[in-house]
Amino acid sequence: MNWLFHLGRYWIFMKDLIIKPEKFSIYRKQLTRELDNFGYGSLGIVALTSVFMGAVITIQTVYNLVNPLVPLSAVGIVARDSIILEFSPTMMSLVLAGKIGSSIASEIGTMKVTEQVDALEIMGINSSAYLVLPKIVAAMVIFPFVVLISMFLGILGGWIAGVLAGVVSSADYIKGIQDSFVPFNIVFALIKTITFAFIITTVSAYHGYHTEGGALEVGKSSTSAVVYSSILILIFDYLLTQLILT
Amino acid sequence: MIEIKDIAKSFNGRQILKGVSSTFETGHVNLVIGGSGSGKTVLMKCMVGLVEIDTGEIKYDDKIFSNLDRKERKPFRQEIGMVFQGGALFDSLNVEKNVMFPLNMFTSMSFEEKRDRVNFCLKHVNLVNVNHLTPSELSGGMKKRVAIARAIAPNPKYLFCDEPNSGLDPQTSIVIDNLIKDITEEFNITTIVNTHDMNSVLEIGDKILFVHKWEKWWEGTIEDILKTDNKELNDFIFASKLAKNIKKTGLI
Ligand SMILES: Nc1ncnc2c1ncn2[C@@H]1O[C@H](COP(=O)(O)OP(=O)(O)OP(=O)(O)O)[C@@H](O)[C@H]1O
Ligand SMILES: [Mg+2]
Repeated sequence: MNWLFHLGRYWIFMKDLIIKPEKFSIYRKQLTRELDNFGYGSLGIVALTSVFMGAVITIQTVYNLVNPLVPLSAVGIVARDSIILEFSPTMMSLVLAGKIGSSIASEIGTMKVTEQVDALEIMGINSSAYLVLPKIVAAMVIFPFVVLISMFLGILGGWIAGVLAGVVSSADYIKGIQDSFVPFNIVFALIKTITFAFIITTVSAYHGYHTEGGALEVGKSSTSAVVYSSILILIFDYLLTQLILT
Repeated sequence: MIEIKDIAKSFNGRQILKGVSSTFETGHVNLVIGGSGSGKTVLMKCMVGLVEIDTGEIKYDDKIFSNLDRKERKPFRQEIGMVFQGGALFDSLNVEKNVMFPLNMFTSMSFEEKRDRVNFCLKHVNLVNVNHLTPSELSGGMKKRVAIARAIAPNPKYLFCDEPNSGLDPQTSIVIDNLIKDITEEFNITTIVNTHDMNSVLEIGDKILFVHKWEKWWEGTIEDILKTDNKELNDFIFASKLAKNIKKTGLI
């Protein structure tokens, strides 16, 4: 793999982003658009996956709890912790890498191959900064909120599924999710989320920005964007967990 | 005036420009002609700094443009307008916002002033009542015209047009050609136009540079072109039967 080449080019790409904005008002407008896009635009898929994810986790936990000595409220604890620590930040980021990463790469890739990026450059605008900075900032601001919503909906989904299936009582579940709660877990999850937001936006923008050719290459860039952001999310998930939780 | 000296460029070891030199006068329409794939677009992109040249020198009036870095080129950027071969309109913006874009970025004009300027430029290219259409709702020729309006909106000193009338009907082509000539003379712009349209050559070419086999093959005025015995140039310009007959009968 020519990963060293990509690493170097990614580094140069990132260095070009650090500039004084041409006109702040323009960036603000872009930022508002992206906030809306990333936040409101991804609520539907995030809500759907979170509720089902919580439901599955709860039912599977009950299924695995065969020891009669363990109280059923443990189901709540396990569901809560796995949702907060891993499922919401990591799985939602993977979902968002698919949704937002591919759209960033294809949007910027299309602008690249249709010379819109050149048109920006010719006007003296730093095209990478203009196109990418608002996306990075928007994602790093809005993803934590999206993940918080996902946590809430995941735990809610677990409760609904557990009660509906009759495998855990409402009281046990609610007792469980309040038991020995560690607030730092949420902070840790948000640190992960912000890191993943940075990975998704910069990696996808990088792939879009270096598209050359036509529609076919735009499709390829968009696939690479999703693949590489997902791999990096998993690697950084492991690194951050190792670094912070041990 | 723009002066290029011996500029060379290759991509992945394939030489596309082999040392091209020329001067392009202010207040004149300078045409670069040549077959498809002859390197016209690459030459133009080199001149505006979108593609870095391997060797050679590019001078804008008395400043050496090719030696400057990105930051130092910035003041020039605001004096350069460019019409891309494919239009390169911003898909996410409507016509009005496309033309207004460079004004938003670099001027402190009020919204009304900017809108007036936009309408003025759109009217110049014969487009009215299309301000709120998006690029996907325009025909190919309309896109070209919007692109021209966007390029001239900030009053550039240097105007680059990459095949501004390819894909237009002959009548609109001539309107666009004359528009380019008029604004060039009216605002004393240094204009460079890539084309392979013989009509344009005869209609507006003050000076013509013929690129062939990746080098400057021929250079001269419109009078010269009718008298030249350069075989490749004649084959290129008078390719059609109609043109051959016209040349034979000496109608032009
Ligand atoms: N970025 C690039 N990388 C590699 N080769 C390139 C690149 N840009 C252009 N070329 C090559 O340079 C040659 C000249 O291309 P160019 O676009 O300048 O032609 P042109 O004269 O503008 O043609 P047309 O009239 O069809 O627009 C082509 O063979 C093309 O393949
Ligand atoms: Mg071309």
